[in-house]
Amino acid sequence: MAPFIRIDRVSKRFGTFMAVNDVSLDIMKGEMFALLGGSGCGKTTLLRMLAGFESPSEGRIFIDGQDMAKIPPYERPVNMMFQSYALFPHMTVEANVGYGLKYEDISKAERAERVRAMLELVQLGAFAGRKPHQLSGGQRQRVALARALAKQPKLLLLDEPLAALDKKLREHTQFEIMSIQERMGITFVVVTHDQEEAMTLADRIAVMDKGVIRQVGPPADVYEHPNSSFVAGFIGSINMFDAEVTPGGAATTLDVPALGGEVRASAKDIEPGRKVKLAVRPEKIALSRERPADGNCFPGVVKDLGYFGKDSLFRVALASGALVKVNSVNSSRDGAARAADWGEKVWISFEPSAAIVLTD
Amino acid sequence: MNRRPVFLISCLCFGFAFFYIPILSLIVFSFNKSRLATVWGGFSTQWYAKLLDNDQVIKAAVLSLQIAVTTATFATVLGTMAGIALARFQRFRGRAGLSGLVTAPLVMPEVITGISLLMLFIYMAEWIGWPGSRGFTTITIAHITFSMTYVAVIVQSRLTSMDLSLEEAAMDLGARPWRVLVDVTLPVIAPALLSGWLLAFTISLDDVVITSFTSGPGSTTLPIYIWSKVKLGVTPDINALATVIILTVGIGVALAAYIMHRAEARRERDVQMALSQDTP
Repeated sequence: MAPFIRIDRVSKRFGTFMAVNDVSLDIMKGEMFALLGGSGCGKTTLLRMLAGFESPSEGRIFIDGQDMAKIPPYERPVNMMFQSYALFPHMTVEANVGYGLKYEDISKAERAERVRAMLELVQLGAFAGRKPHQLSGGQRQRVALARALAKQPKLLLLDEPLAALDKKLREHTQFEIMSIQERMGITFVVVTHDQEEAMTLADRIAVMDKGVIRQVGPPADVYEHPNSSFVAGFIGSINMFDAEVTPGGAATTLDVPALGGEVRASAKDIEPGRKVKLAVRPEKIALSRERPADGNCFPGVVKDLGYFGKDSLFRVALASGALVKVNSVNSSRDGAARAADWGEKVWISFEPSAAIVLTD
Repeated sequence: MNRRPVFLISCLCFGFAFFYIPILSLIVFSFNKSRLATVWGGFSTQWYAKLLDNDQVIKAAVLSLQIAVTTATFATVLGTMAGIALARFQRFRGRAGLSGLVTAPLVMPEVITGISLLMLFIYMAEWIGWPGSRGFTTITIAHITFSMTYVAVIVQSRLTSMDLSLEEAAMDLGARPWRVLVDVTLPVIAPALLSGWLLAFTISLDDVVITSFTSGPGSTTLPIYIWSKVKLGVTPDINALATVIILTVGIGVALAAYIMHRAEARRERDVQMALSQDTP
């Protein structure tokens, strides 16, 4: 199947600054795709090039097989939901949602019907006559979504769709957006700096940094199999140590000075003597008072303990002085049953399969 | 601790006195029975009655209003166009020139603007036979040239602070640039257009210097009329005229403030009500 969006070696320069640097990307029809990265990584510039507000300095963009180079924003089969929502302050909710249909060749009655259906979809039917300033943040967000969907675009772009909402409302809206996307089958491209948002919303994520795409893949892939220490560090929390591959048998073993010993890792063949980084997610490390029988295990002392309710974060100091973050679920209500307490001597351990070996 | 408020209050009183005593004295003396401006001769409203009978004053006032309305309207259209060009088009040939020319009349002494326009009209009359005589048209053209720059500055600064994504959103939804301007940009900056119009109107209404260079016989505006009368000494009928103007302006300002305050309060209430609805 041909990709729905094809970004072919696109670069964008602002003066001497490379906002987007030689990016190629294929996005499939009906996909929910997230561009994830910190501020200034080029994700918004890439989105604005899809919308047509910026034109690439180099490279080409195809949407549904059509070259977008000469197509102005008002002729693209694309709609965008802006971070600031950009609701027209002098128009009612109804007029805002219907604005995109105004210049389409449809009858007044059909237009009204489609606006009504859109407002129904975002559960704002009762608010049709209100002005944007008479709406709460969450309602404004839904008007913006309805307005962007009203023209039934082939592609919907969302710029930080949840950034302005508080935490509770965010979770709710997240699932609302996902269910709308599934029902309408429109391709979504979401820009976000929030990795949790990207992971829950998207089918695939592209992690961007300094104008370059560092990794593309499904959320679980990017999280569990990061291809670089940048991606490993950017997505989620992680322990990372310098290591060296030791010559040995079939299994890869690493010499990790910070842990004070050798670590077995189930990684593909990497030549011995190579300097690498060992990365382990905090939730993949177990904490115990006795030395476990198996796995990579090292002794340490609990230095800090953060209680978050559903889980706790421990920071364990090892003999080398290195601190290891360990995340453990509080499955019992009994405080004494917690894995360890402040100042206690413990063992940390993890499976060879939990060890991520990064070669960059 | 008690000294500070006394000091501050006396400063405030001095400030008010500084601003309003001249105006108050003018109003008081407009009810003076005596012909002499500086001697109180008892209460009377005779000067107001005389004012209504004075055809010259009425004619001058009507001319001034006509010029001011025409000026404000043209200045708003032209000034808005210049403001949009300066705020929205980052690069075009002659941008620096336009930007300089737009702001130049703000700092140019009025006498110079007046003389240059007078010279222009004289030469034009010589070469192309227009304007045949100076009057309404020449005064209005002169007023437009310098008041449009105020509008341009107001519109430009409003546009710079306007959220650009509003225009992008309209374009994204299928509106061509011209429709974006009409549907979104102009309605959003409407308050700036209104204040630009009012500013141009006021500037035109009270201008003496440039008007005196570009007016001709039979086209006396109100400020010129007052100016020429005062040259012969301040008379109570001028005080009465000034009082009428002050009253008109005062009521206008108070009304505008009241309407704005009410709209602001309603908006504030709406926003508060809307924010309390945020339940997922």
